[in-house]
Amino acid sequence: MTTVIEKISTDQSEPLQETDSFTVALVGAPNCGKSTLFNGLTGGRAKVANYTGVTVETKQGSFKTPQGRQMSLIDLPGVYGLSGKTTDAKVALDVIRGQASEIRQPDAMLVVIDAAQLRTHLQTALQMRQIGLPMVVVLNMVDLARRDGVELDIDKLQDRLGVPVIPCTATRKAGREAVLNALDEMAAAPSGQSAVEEVPLKQVQHEARQLFQDVVLQEPALNKLTRSLDGIFLHPLSGLLIFTGIMFVMFQSVFSWSETPMGWIEGLIAVLSDIVIGITPDNWLRSLLVDGIIAGVGSVIIFLPQIIILFLFILFLEMTGYMARAAFLMDELMLRVGLNGRAFIPLLSSFACAIPGMMAARTLESEKDRLTTIMVAPLMTCSARLPVYTVIIAAFFPAETVAGFLNLQGLVMFGLYFAGIISAIIVAFVLRKTLTKGRAQPLLMELPTYKFPDLSELLLGLWQRAKIFLRRAGTIIFVVSIVLWVLTTYPGDSLETSFAGMIGSVLVPIFEPIGFNLEIVIALVPGMAAREVAVGALGTVYAVQGAEENMEGLAEVLRSAWSFPTALAFLAWYVFAPQCISTIAVARREMNSWGWTWLMVAYLFAMAYIAAGGTYWIASALM
Amino acid sequence: MAETLTLKNLKRGETGIVTGFVESDSIREEELREIGFAEGDEVQVLEFGSFGGTPISVRLNRTIIAVRANEANSIEVSRA
Repeated sequence: MTTVIEKISTDQSEPLQETDSFTVALVGAPNCGKSTLFNGLTGGRAKVANYTGVTVETKQGSFKTPQGRQMSLIDLPGVYGLSGKTTDAKVALDVIRGQASEIRQPDAMLVVIDAAQLRTHLQTALQMRQIGLPMVVVLNMVDLARRDGVELDIDKLQDRLGVPVIPCTATRKAGREAVLNALDEMAAAPSGQSAVEEVPLKQVQHEARQLFQDVVLQEPALNKLTRSLDGIFLHPLSGLLIFTGIMFVMFQSVFSWSETPMGWIEGLIAVLSDIVIGITPDNWLRSLLVDGIIAGVGSVIIFLPQIIILFLFILFLEMTGYMARAAFLMDELMLRVGLNGRAFIPLLSSFACAIPGMMAARTLESEKDRLTTIMVAPLMTCSARLPVYTVIIAAFFPAETVAGFLNLQGLVMFGLYFAGIISAIIVAFVLRKTLTKGRAQPLLMELPTYKFPDLSELLLGLWQRAKIFLRRAGTIIFVVSIVLWVLTTYPGDSLETSFAGMIGSVLVPIFEPIGFNLEIVIALVPGMAAREVAVGALGTVYAVQGAEENMEGLAEVLRSAWSFPTALAFLAWYVFAPQCISTIAVARREMNSWGWTWLMVAYLFAMAYIAAGGTYWIASALM
Repeated sequence: MAETLTLKNLKRGETGIVTGFVESDSIREEELREIGFAEGDEVQVLEFGSFGGTPISVRLNRTIIAVRANEANSIEVSRA
């Protein structure tokens, strides 16, 4: 389960593997602590790569061993065994079997098993041994297991497995050093282990259980705490109430906790603009810097606090083990609309960004489940839409408290998220009845023991997400801001006579019926590059229109320029569309079909148009 | 022949020993085996889902696994 959030897409396609260095693959069941070990060994400096052509996405890092060898480490998706039922597992198995076309077979494997889960994880280790690659077994979380009262004979385990077994606690340096030493030994004397004949799973299980009997001297019953917590969190009534509560708090917090830090960033941006205005003459350069770059990039950077809060929740839920419980609670409901409970995790990730969400759908076994999940993933309001919602809501809804404790703005935000979810349910239902008909796939999902998240790992995860967001702001959004500034500034003096105005006036007849004016249409176009750009685009568009008004907040400008129905229509539009180019590209890659991709884009645009139109007409009639 | 007892027949909190898999579905058997169900393993029914009593959280040795009712029905058990 932990692999899900690890998947971050960057658009790097550079080859990551230094072909001459000793390459080690990290293999293990989901929840065995692989990612923690990866972060520990590599210092958290991971490159995330997509290999074009094959749907492989792996995290890769490197480290130096005590004897000075430079090694690269590939973190593979979790696998229980060799059957490769899920796309994710197939990827992992292809890599270690040397069947992945763009990654060379690794030189060795680090097979991570949880010392407290030996009965099942030994089965995984034994199956991995059949691959025939040199391997080191990392007996992870050994401290924790010992503390719980697990007693085992590690020497005997090593003897019987015939490969080095290193007791380790991935968060501790000493254990990791032992792993490095073992790798050094392995690299120094390549054992040239050859392929072992694959034996049937039933036989492997038998062997694993015998091995377990012999090496585990004592194993206490399962963690009481987890069981009693499950009694509450999975309870048919309290479980659902807590789940709803967590989701609600999460979305409210994204809005309310971020207010203060967003104010600081806003202040910084204003100071920066003033400085630039102070040192540049009043010419095109000042306009480019202030109205183009600072306004454009600034209007996106300001949402960093919201993104961090959203990811804080997602990572926290993931690391504590709650996420799998949420999938458990939602499974039957999701099954009834045609989705798998396990799709809950990809779909929740899609609230951050549809791209990791779509990739996380690889954990689904059935191709039809996976397709359906990918098709509806863009309906989960991604964090890039937050900026758009925030600005419009701030402009048109007062920051009032309703029903005693609810923030009205937060409530509207919740409603928009909710609208996306309801639509996803409907779309999934329709798809499952028509294009993706087929039998439901099994759930079979591990519910990990509850843990308090490791703070440094949580911060590292947040930092990685923040970095990706800032990198986007520095690249795509930076470029788009400049392009947009050019389009809105030249050739004429006013917006109507600029390039943007010309493009907009061609498109405006299409959007006029749903209440969109020329400025909105102009802002929608760059929104294709990245949704959050629409905010910057609105800023630029209105700044150009009235340079003096730039000093006021964008919200105030919008309030005077838009009618309330238009604002509502704009929000409704953004529940569904537009998809950013990267989402479409990843959807195409993940579904491996242009037909499905076009269908996705088309249905989302159609829904956006109808929703925005419907909202506009109804709101106009009521006002 | 007596009706075979499956994991689905166990009550909340009840423990059983896996004796085999219902034969009709070899794919499901493989999947169940891969996540760790095997003959002789101890299973215990812990919690039921809110809607129609599915999925079921099952303790398999020291792991907790969520299975749907129909999957639980493929696992033959004897009462411990």
